[in-house]
Amino acid sequence: MGKEEQFKTATQSVESNGYKVVGTRPIRPDGVEKVTGRANFGADYNLPGMLIGRIIRSPHAHARILSINTEKASALPGVKAVVTSADFPEISPTARGAGEAPISFRDLSRNVMAREKALYDGHAVAAVAATTAAIADQAAALVDVEYEVLPHVLDAREAMKPDAPLLHADMFTKGLDPKPEIPSNISQRHEFGIGDTESGFDAADVVVEHDFTTQCVHQGYIEPHACVADNTEDGMSTVWTSSQGQFMVRNYSATVCNIDHSKVRVMPAEIGGGFGGKTTIYLEPVAILLSKKAGKPVKLVMNREDVFRATGPTSGGHAHARIGAKKDGTITAGELTMEYEAGAFPGSPVQLGCMTGFGPYDIKNVKTIGFDVVVNRPKVAAYRAPGAPIASFAVESALDELAKKLNMDPLALREKNAATEGTQAAYGPTFKRIGYLETVRAAQNHPHYSAPLGPNQGRGVASGFWFNIGGESSAAMHVNEDGTVEVVTANPDIGGSRASMAMMAAEVLGIDVSKVKPSIADTASSAYSMLTGGSRVTFAVGKAVCEAADDVIVELRRRAAKVWDVEIDAVEWKDGAAINTKADTSENLTLAAIANTAAKTGGPISGKANINAAGAGPGFGTHICDIEIDPETGRSTVIRYTAIQDVGTAIHPSYVEGQLQGGAVQGIGWALNEEYIYDDKGCLQNGGFLDYRVPVASDMPMIDTVLVEVPNPGHRFGVRGVGEVPIIPPLAAVANAVTAAAGVRMTDLPISPPKLLSAIDSEK
Amino acid sequence: MAKVVLQREVAREFAQGETEFEITAADVRQLIRLLELKFPGIRDRLSERTAVAIDGEIFQDPLLQSIDEHSEVYFLPAIEGG
Repeated sequence: MGKEEQFKTATQSVESNGYKVVGTRPIRPDGVEKVTGRANFGADYNLPGMLIGRIIRSPHAHARILSINTEKASALPGVKAVVTSADFPEISPTARGAGEAPISFRDLSRNVMAREKALYDGHAVAAVAATTAAIADQAAALVDVEYEVLPHVLDAREAMKPDAPLLHADMFTKGLDPKPEIPSNISQRHEFGIGDTESGFDAADVVVEHDFTTQCVHQGYIEPHACVADNTEDGMSTVWTSSQGQFMVRNYSATVCNIDHSKVRVMPAEIGGGFGGKTTIYLEPVAILLSKKAGKPVKLVMNREDVFRATGPTSGGHAHARIGAKKDGTITAGELTMEYEAGAFPGSPVQLGCMTGFGPYDIKNVKTIGFDVVVNRPKVAAYRAPGAPIASFAVESALDELAKKLNMDPLALREKNAATEGTQAAYGPTFKRIGYLETVRAAQNHPHYSAPLGPNQGRGVASGFWFNIGGESSAAMHVNEDGTVEVVTANPDIGGSRASMAMMAAEVLGIDVSKVKPSIADTASSAYSMLTGGSRVTFAVGKAVCEAADDVIVELRRRAAKVWDVEIDAVEWKDGAAINTKADTSENLTLAAIANTAAKTGGPISGKANINAAGAGPGFGTHICDIEIDPETGRSTVIRYTAIQDVGTAIHPSYVEGQLQGGAVQGIGWALNEEYIYDDKGCLQNGGFLDYRVPVASDMPMIDTVLVEVPNPGHRFGVRGVGEVPIIPPLAAVANAVTAAAGVRMTDLPISPPKLLSAIDSEK
Repeated sequence: MAKVVLQREVAREFAQGETEFEITAADVRQLIRLLELKFPGIRDRLSERTAVAIDGEIFQDPLLQSIDEHSEVYFLPAIEGG
């Protein structure tokens, strides 16, 4: 079967919705700018008199910084500023920012610029700004840093040993009773669960357990981090940057630099991929301080090696899964113990792994334990469904093994134990309306699942769960004089949110989507909005847009009421027009007509909504993967892949399909190719896309998608977040397929050719 | 009275390992006040790094969300995302 024949998309709605705009596929509003090269990304901004900055990075995985001599660099003609940690304010360990996920600003500051110690290869230790890039490079080489090299540790389980090199002498493991008296690399122990797993395993007829390992992987966005900062004499800093949240950049940068939020204005650039990796900052405070010292704008741009050495990958980790079941397939207990690498500072997503691993299932007895462990790697950052893919890889692989032991179809096992409305989730709360079971049934009925396989081919399935979130969101809406409408939100568009915002506004207002122009405001031009992440924007900011449209409609009715000299209650809004219900004959005023006479009825017409959105509906997906292995070389090739997901209601189905396809490919890369290679000194050896192998289009078949639409009751159009779930199932779906093809259980990712050959050989 | 459930690690730190309670509270603010009276010091922990699921719906940064007589309330870690 050719790729084109095989690639089909489908949408399965449980309800007929009757929408006019929602569910259609208009051309993306940002498309022309991007395909013609006009869109401005982080590195595209240039200001008069702008300097070029360079970061000096540690060549050691773990080293005490004895001294930094910047005299030679400062004396070089053309060098206008040099900064080190001495230029950054000391941040209190208790400093917290408002509005974003809780983070330690002390750690953030130390990650932006190392203080007492360099904690990973690539850790920033100083920065320079000069009139040209060549002079900046020369100056960077003249900064003399004296290090005392210390032993390093890269693996979570190694770092947990009592004699492991200690990263932070003041870190004592939280979550232990009694509280420890000696420091450790274990930042925290987490535990979640319901029921009693001991009695659950006693009731089981079959028990499976395995140890699993995954490697730290990078988000792999195409656009490296880049910014321009301009600090002026009045103390104002304007920052142009590519990020997942202009307000996040403002909050984090202002806090790290100890300046008022109102003195930092962040202008959002277009973003060339983030996937969670741009939910934090690296360059912006450095650029602000360099600009302040130099009195000129400063541009900082990472190269690809900087991105790999110094920006957040997600955790590598270990997981031990144990699952018990009755002969009929009823799962009686599940346990998961995991150790995640946090990088150089605490804060791996192990808690979320604990909460999500058993998420798709109705199991009465569950216990999950997670350890957050610091190692000499870059501090991890969020990556699609943070923490969940690692946990899910362990659980879904163990379920595959369980199905084999029970001689049961793996989807039938999942169907039998599927969480539905009213199920108590493994992390505690009771699910409302969810669509997991529907994804399993869609997989069972998909032609892919019954298609024949050839020699050396195997099929794997796996499921995944993600909470989805809401949060603080803002939207403003302005009616133009000709009846077109501006929709202003404050979230970078990383997944098609401009189109979704315009479509929801058009649906509520009852006008054509071509009449709605979405735009993204800077921090001085909009109310606060949480960053773009957690698959929250289409849901939460979409809710704000709908409410802003409601606000506009109230005003439009009020204006029409003035024209007709009736009470506002006598005016209804339908199909983009006000209707006078008191008139003897049909009387209406279109939005354009009301806008055209706005001056006569009270002036400009606008609406707004500022909310903290709740009601995000959880997302579930089930994937089917076919792999062909080459027993001679150990290469695994994905030959067919289908991603099925409950997406609530797809506002713009093409974007939703793109999310499913992109997430699946990233998960496939995690499963088959991607890992950081370090030398024996802890220095990264593959900091580039030639040696760090992400899947490219020619590696992949077209990814088939099925959008299952079980509307979320927490959103008027039924929206659920869709961007996180698709990266969760692929790790196990791929590993289960390779296992089926090779006849040996693959528990260690990535399944590289040497690893697969070794596993096959060990079975002979 | 509402069923209130703490994370196991929070329960171990503040409530001698007891995770589940029956409490009457009008909203999250009042609930945290009542828990603080019972377990001094828990307020900061619950206010700072916690989301709350009320009857299955997760609220980030909750304070004024109402709690019904028979609600099920779970304190959870704040949920982030990519």
